Amino acid sequence: MATKSGRTIIAEQKFSWKIFFLKWEWLLVILFIGINLMNANLSQYYLSGEGLLNATNSFLEKAFVALPMAYILVLGDIDISVGSTACLSAVMLAYCYNLGVPMGACVLICLLTGTICGAVNGLILTRFTELAPMIVTLGTQILFRGIAEAMLGDEARGGLSTVKWFSDLYWGKLGIVPIMLLCFIICAAVFAFVLHKTCFGRRLYAIGANKLAAEYAGIKVQQIRMIVFTLTGTFAAVTAVFLAARMGSTRADIATGYEMEAIAMAVLGGFSTDGGKGNFPGLVLAIFIVGMLRYGLGLINIPSQLMLVVIGALLIVTVMLPNIRSMVKIQKKAA
Amino acid sequence: MEKKKFDWKAITSSREMSLVIVLILLCAFVQIRNQSFLTGGTMEEMFRNYAVTFILALGMMCVLLTGGIDISIGSTLAFSGMAAALLMRDYVISTPVSFLVSIAIGAGLGLVIGLVISKGKVPPIVCTLGFMNIYRGLTYLIAHSQWVAAYQFTDSFKNFALTKYLGLGLVNNMIAVTIYIYIIFYIVMKWTTVGRRVYAVGSNAEAAAVSGINIDNVKIGVYTLMGLLCGLGGALWTSLYKSAQGDMATGIEMDVIAACVVGGVSLTGGRGSVVGVMLGSLTIAIIGKALPLIGVSQFWQNGIKGLIILAAVILNVLAQRTMDKNNLKRREM
Amino acid sequence: MSEYVLELKGITKIFPGVKALDRVSFQLKPGEIHALMGENGAGKSTFIKVITGVHKAEEGEMYLDGKKVDFKGPKDAQKAGIAAIYQHVTAYPHLSVTENIFMGHEIKKRGILQWKEMHALADSYLEELNADFKSTAEMGALSVAQQQMVEIAKAISMKARIIIMDEPTAALTKNESEQLYKITEKLRDGGASVIFISHRFEDMYRLATRVTVFRDSQYIGSYDVDGITNADLIRAMVGREISDMYPKPEVKIGEEVLRVEKLTRTGYFKDVSFSVRKGEILGLTGLVGAGRTETVQTIYGVEHYDSGKMYLNGEEITVKNPADALRQGIGLLPEDRQHQGLILDWGIGRNITLTEIASIGKNGLTDDKAEREKAKELAERVDTKAVTIFDKASSLSGGNQQKIVVAKILASNLKVIILDEPTKGVDVGAKAEIYEIMGELAQQGYAIIMISSEMPEILGMVDRIVVMCEGKVTGELQREEAEQESILKFAMARSSKAAKN
Repeated sequence: MATKSGRTIIAEQKFSWKIFFLKWEWLLVILFIGINLMNANLSQYYLSGEGLLNATNSFLEKAFVALPMAYILVLGDIDISVGSTACLSAVMLAYCYNLGVPMGACVLICLLTGTICGAVNGLILTRFTELAPMIVTLGTQILFRGIAEAMLGDEARGGLSTVKWFSDLYWGKLGIVPIMLLCFIICAAVFAFVLHKTCFGRRLYAIGANKLAAEYAGIKVQQIRMIVFTLTGTFAAVTAVFLAARMGSTRADIATGYEMEAIAMAVLGGFSTDGGKGNFPGLVLAIFIVGMLRYGLGLINIPSQLMLVVIGALLIVTVMLPNIRSMVKIQKKAA
Repeated sequence: MEKKKFDWKAITSSREMSLVIVLILLCAFVQIRNQSFLTGGTMEEMFRNYAVTFILALGMMCVLLTGGIDISIGSTLAFSGMAAALLMRDYVISTPVSFLVSIAIGAGLGLVIGLVISKGKVPPIVCTLGFMNIYRGLTYLIAHSQWVAAYQFTDSFKNFALTKYLGLGLVNNMIAVTIYIYIIFYIVMKWTTVGRRVYAVGSNAEAAAVSGINIDNVKIGVYTLMGLLCGLGGALWTSLYKSAQGDMATGIEMDVIAACVVGGVSLTGGRGSVVGVMLGSLTIAIIGKALPLIGVSQFWQNGIKGLIILAAVILNVLAQRTMDKNNLKRREM
Repeated sequence: MSEYVLELKGITKIFPGVKALDRVSFQLKPGEIHALMGENGAGKSTFIKVITGVHKAEEGEMYLDGKKVDFKGPKDAQKAGIAAIYQHVTAYPHLSVTENIFMGHEIKKRGILQWKEMHALADSYLEELNADFKSTAEMGALSVAQQQMVEIAKAISMKARIIIMDEPTAALTKNESEQLYKITEKLRDGGASVIFISHRFEDMYRLATRVTVFRDSQYIGSYDVDGITNADLIRAMVGREISDMYPKPEVKIGEEVLRVEKLTRTGYFKDVSFSVRKGEILGLTGLVGAGRTETVQTIYGVEHYDSGKMYLNGEEITVKNPADALRQGIGLLPEDRQHQGLILDWGIGRNITLTEIASIGKNGLTDDKAEREKAKELAERVDTKAVTIFDKASSLSGGNQQKIVVAKILASNLKVIILDEPTKGVDVGAKAEIYEIMGELAQQGYAIIMISSEMPEILGMVDRIVVMCEGKVTGELQREEAEQESILKFAMARSSKAAKN
């Protein structure tokens, strides 16, 4: 079949090496390799299989919340309440456990708490679409943290590590592979699959690229936002479970700033805060870049404060780079 | 024959007025529960402790007016405050010089942010998220993770927050500075073209560009101003608490943004007033100060603050919707 | 002194990929009202932006009072006494009327703005214009007509000698238009020269002494209004006789497909009833602001109605959102294709399949191969000029973009197709192709509703015409009995009634 004027329109994508190599992810790959080389130079044990796997445990619990955060950014929204949600979920877990509830039920309560927190965000944002997500999640950020503080004050609730299976969630291994790493790989794979291979994922991109056009194309925009915000709450609680398993106790000030780390990971991975952009290979690379960088700097006793500077600079420079490139291009054209 | 009518409806329906009414009710309620609330001493303490929030809210208003946001203010404040404090510790500079140094450093840090946002085309939230980390990290690094403690400050610097010489002997210096800045902002934002340009860019950037306003310069300007106020805040903060710590003012951005939003500043730009911001900051200050007085544990404060922010923004939307609906009904059919 | 207050010679303006103006000339005499006409996309808006210094022309010269000028930006044009009232009002919605009037040339004393003085002056301008609002009102709360008045007040306040109005009557009722005519004449009598852009012949006859026509980015000619006929003008604007533009096939019209009864949305439209049948093209017309777009958006579920009923094939249906509408077989080609119809960043293939990804794939998964085939098939069917289905939608011209939106609608299994201003901003060639597709669709048995403000298009393409005015249906005409005058009479029915009272 052809057009009336006799032309045919090409429907096969030609493979182009140029486009392939100009992809954002290569920058991340180079960064990732560079950081690993640096780490390997710093510690001779680093490149051993077990050493690498252990290194992941130092940062992966935060990465769980970066997965749905990527969805939120694809939608063109933002959620800065996830740190507080994680905190409140962890506090609920410890609180219930200390009341004598069995640990299994506590974990469920924790996940439920996170889900409810996410649903609260989603409900407010979809009922009052006039409101900016930034301000609503700022409100719930303070609110959720406030509830956690009201429950615990400045005390800690502990004794969680007495339950072996629970602390194994963080500390345990299957063979030489940490359980948490396994969980992360599974979750990341599912998230990636849904975003890149399903209609739901395509709709997320459509909403982020043009909310109005998406609505006209019959996509239930508010329903999807509701789902994604709720899901984000749930995964904030997953982070809370691993965090609680790691520390064995909770306080009302844990998980502060996690929202910013999650956003930073996603943005570094190529997800724009304007929505509609980014992919999961990039995100996973970014998570490991940030994590391994922290781990490596830790190896040579670089103060954690310098890490803040490095990670902040990394974030800004990587976001600015493509802009500078296109700016130079425009100037060349004008000349 | 036309008589000037006192338009009650217009006044009570204005956002500022409804906020005033809420605040009066709130104060009355607190006063009944605890007589020590509306006394000179408590009030002075409250305004002194929240002076920095009041001041930063003005800068944040300008940033929000252009449709941006700045979440790095806590870090900018900490860095400039710390830098000035270190100079005082090591070189014993005078109080005015240390203030100037802090303000200059803050303005410089803000300028960098403004440049990255306007010239590097980095979204404000991402850019200031990055600089929040960078400036905080640098604060620790220049201080080698140490404090500057009370005994390392000059007496005149420590006394700044306790004396009244700038307030003509009437009010504390901290409060006096706040009042002066509010007066300046009130005049600049309402009565000068510079202030109105900020509103214009936020209200319709495209139109502003068509009428020849340089949008990049306005943006750089507001972030520099924000940084400058952070620098001032840093000096005030160290003087008030008689110490400079690496983690000072962490999270203050949330209080400041909340103050703006409660005060009616729109996050999408173009809308907000100095009076509104003052009332919004006052709300945050009163909640912070009054809750312990009526026996609410300090641990409940954040929960209540969060609820109030959410209630404020949702009520605003509902009011707007009712107004729109009434407008539609009035339309002739 | 020169004969002309403003003269442009050989202006060429190039945007990436398109020549928006091609060696265009123009002359404006002092104290005249000069109409500028041409189809959408003929280059009128770009031309204005060149005069006002917003765009810089690649070639050509501009003379003010015989002296060559070179505007670096909008400020230079303002200083030279040129003011423009744009089609999309470039106002600051959050600011007061006074501030909108004085933006850029405020009254200051020692750096302090003199609000009292400015308010008083603004009020005096508004009074002069017979405005029914105060200078302290917030711009965003005003109607389009009122906002336009503010823009005119701004031109007066700048003491502009040359005032350009870009389709000022497009969104006005007849009364409001009449008021605008008077204001414009007053401006002229005050010594200003006016360039008046409009699609309405009525505006031109009423106001202008001369008219200049653009077509396809080129200057066609300038004529005296006395002694010119509609036919002459149309020939100049379109470049050929109109009759061959509309390939409307004869279709046997079947049974009723969609019927709306007493549909009401408070503040937008009231008691709207009409029906459309199989194979029929129903024209829905009226002036801008008559509530046509709002009506079809409500039928499609983007907005919600307060009362009324809808029937599809005789059965009552409810539509809560576009997904409902699509599922039941109602599709809409939205008015604003760039914002509502397309994702400009995406390839055209994905745009075409967006609505139907779920049915192309299986079990909620996407099927890239099937999707590509479907996209190719539909893109070829509408004969878009794209090379591959991966071309970004933003890279296409207006007409080709519109074809992609048509292809997107064809992807779904529909019974009723609603087209909201399908040829707005589309070049002449693509227009004819879109009409052809419409004709084919009618032949295939779709029921089609077309909203249009362009009279020739309505008269040429539809079987039946429903006319709306200020939110109500004011008339229904068969194709045979419809004429421009009879349609306009209905389109202005309510405002002329009000005028009599």
